[in-house]
Amino acid sequence: MTSLASTPVLVQRRVLNALFQTLCGICAVIAIAVLGYVLWFLFRQGITYFKPSFFTRLPDNVNPVLGGIKHSILGSVNILGIALSISIPIGILSGVYQAEANGKLCQVVRFLTDVLNGIPSIVIGLFIYAIWILPYAQKHPGQGYSGIAGGAALGIMMIPLVMRTTDEMLHLVPQSLWDASLALGTPRWRTMLFVVLPSARNGIVTGVMLALARVAGETAPLLFTVLGNEFLGPITGPVDALPLRLYKYATSSDPVQNAMAWSTALTLILIILILSILARFLTRAGKRS
Amino acid sequence: MPTTDDQQQTATGSLTSGANRKWIDSVYIGAITTMSLALMTLVLAIGCALLWQSMPAIKALGPGFVTGHEWDDAAGKYGSAAFLSGTLYSSGIAILVSVPISICSAIFLAELAPKWIRLPITFLIELLAAIPSVVYGLWGIFVLIPLLRDKIMTPALGSAAIAKIPILKSLLTGAGYGPSMLAAGLLLAIMITPFITAICRDILLAIPTMQRDAAAGLGTTQAETILKVVLPSAAPGLIGAVMLGFGRAFGETMAVTMVIGNMTPNTPDGRSIALFDPGYTIASAMANKFTEATPGIATAALIELGLVLFVTSMLINFFARSLVRLAARRVAA
Repeated sequence: MTSLASTPVLVQRRVLNALFQTLCGICAVIAIAVLGYVLWFLFRQGITYFKPSFFTRLPDNVNPVLGGIKHSILGSVNILGIALSISIPIGILSGVYQAEANGKLCQVVRFLTDVLNGIPSIVIGLFIYAIWILPYAQKHPGQGYSGIAGGAALGIMMIPLVMRTTDEMLHLVPQSLWDASLALGTPRWRTMLFVVLPSARNGIVTGVMLALARVAGETAPLLFTVLGNEFLGPITGPVDALPLRLYKYATSSDPVQNAMAWSTALTLILIILILSILARFLTRAGKRS
Repeated sequence: MPTTDDQQQTATGSLTSGANRKWIDSVYIGAITTMSLALMTLVLAIGCALLWQSMPAIKALGPGFVTGHEWDDAAGKYGSAAFLSGTLYSSGIAILVSVPISICSAIFLAELAPKWIRLPITFLIELLAAIPSVVYGLWGIFVLIPLLRDKIMTPALGSAAIAKIPILKSLLTGAGYGPSMLAAGLLLAIMITPFITAICRDILLAIPTMQRDAAAGLGTTQAETILKVVLPSAAPGLIGAVMLGFGRAFGETMAVTMVIGNMTPNTPDGRSIALFDPGYTIASAMANKFTEATPGIATAALIELGLVLFVTSMLINFFARSLVRLAARRVAA
């Protein structure tokens, strides 16, 4: 063994091995350090305006420092609510289809949803603009933008994510559970609704929340659909949303608005973080029970 | 839990036979099938709607839309060539910077790291992939751009040494006032790194441990096992992951719009390899020109830009998904 250990070739191989391991470690450290730097900056800059009045006030034209982003938060909540109400039924039902059926159609649908998942978000916004807002605006110039249209765009983006998790979670339900229910003569819909879906519930809720977290910060699809608003507006007209507000403040030339952009970003990130962590928590609780 | 083919058949077999004697079952099957068909139609509808609304521009501009490089509302010129090359350039930079780091990090996470730090780091990376692009854009404007301008652009533009090196001198030049192709490429690289790392890690973890054990049994070092055994069988999947990352960068809008400068480079054909020059991508042009577009052909031309983006990203995703799937099938077999 001792003679082997000192062979030049073996030494060389060991050195290369150590080099390779170090290189990979360094890369991982670089990746995490850069991303940590982004987050740290966000926190440091965002804390300036991060106080209760920022969330409960509208923008203040007389004294901008006292203004807040209440309208953006409310707008985002409404838009996301619409996105949920569109994506949950379509996503879950097509996920159930993936679990119930197999064959060519099933694969085609799965492939197309993968494709849908990869379409840039701005194209989804443009799609809603092309079929909904533009035809309306041609009859009533300057109108047509609405929170509902924005919700529809985000809803479309959520569908593939919800469908995928539903499908995966249903496949995790033990086959014996399906068989036992079906063997009792329970119809398929009852088996799905009362036996299989409840046992996959936590996983599906997790998936929906992660999907929500992913679209909550989407800005591009909202540009052409909800347009943004300096004031509180009804959901049937142009409304504001957190990412839109952030974009507007970030590209503004006013230092106060720039500083508020950081606080808006911090708010947005915290919402996304809470959603993701709640989702993790649910998965864990589900695994334990 | 072992599942025989027979069991599979009873539960997930043909939808029309056996268990669905009750009419509600046919309603149920009908509902979920309709939903899936609707979903399928949706994807096709996106393409058709964009095609329909961009018809005025397609008719009026013809192939000039793809070959022309001038976009001038006043002159009625709409050419997207400069945007397309800007998109390819910025995504190319992002891929070049991000891929080595992503793949090495994925190897570290999947193969090398001690067990106890794998989970927290994986969680962190997934979390970072969830940060909205507009937040990266904000960071880009106020942190990355000043940093690049003061630490890289100004010194490089003033350096006599760089002016003598053939390729570098045409790369490290340009306007140099901050918003630039370099800023966009680097910011995109930062954004897609967690995304590519997460997919690569999953692919590496799917390679059977037996292969590694067999190699280790022959006396290979860990590096040799990874480079000569694990990576070759993961290759199609890794290429697919890189392409998915490229697709991400290709269609990314907000972060790029915020740092790229939104100006076609001041050259005869609107193209420039100078990294410090501002640029334009398809997506950032859409986001930027939308507010000033007048109804009619200007709007139609913008929607045609969307159509170009839709078709290209469909193609990229199609190949990427096929590769990832091929890799999965190869591992399974």
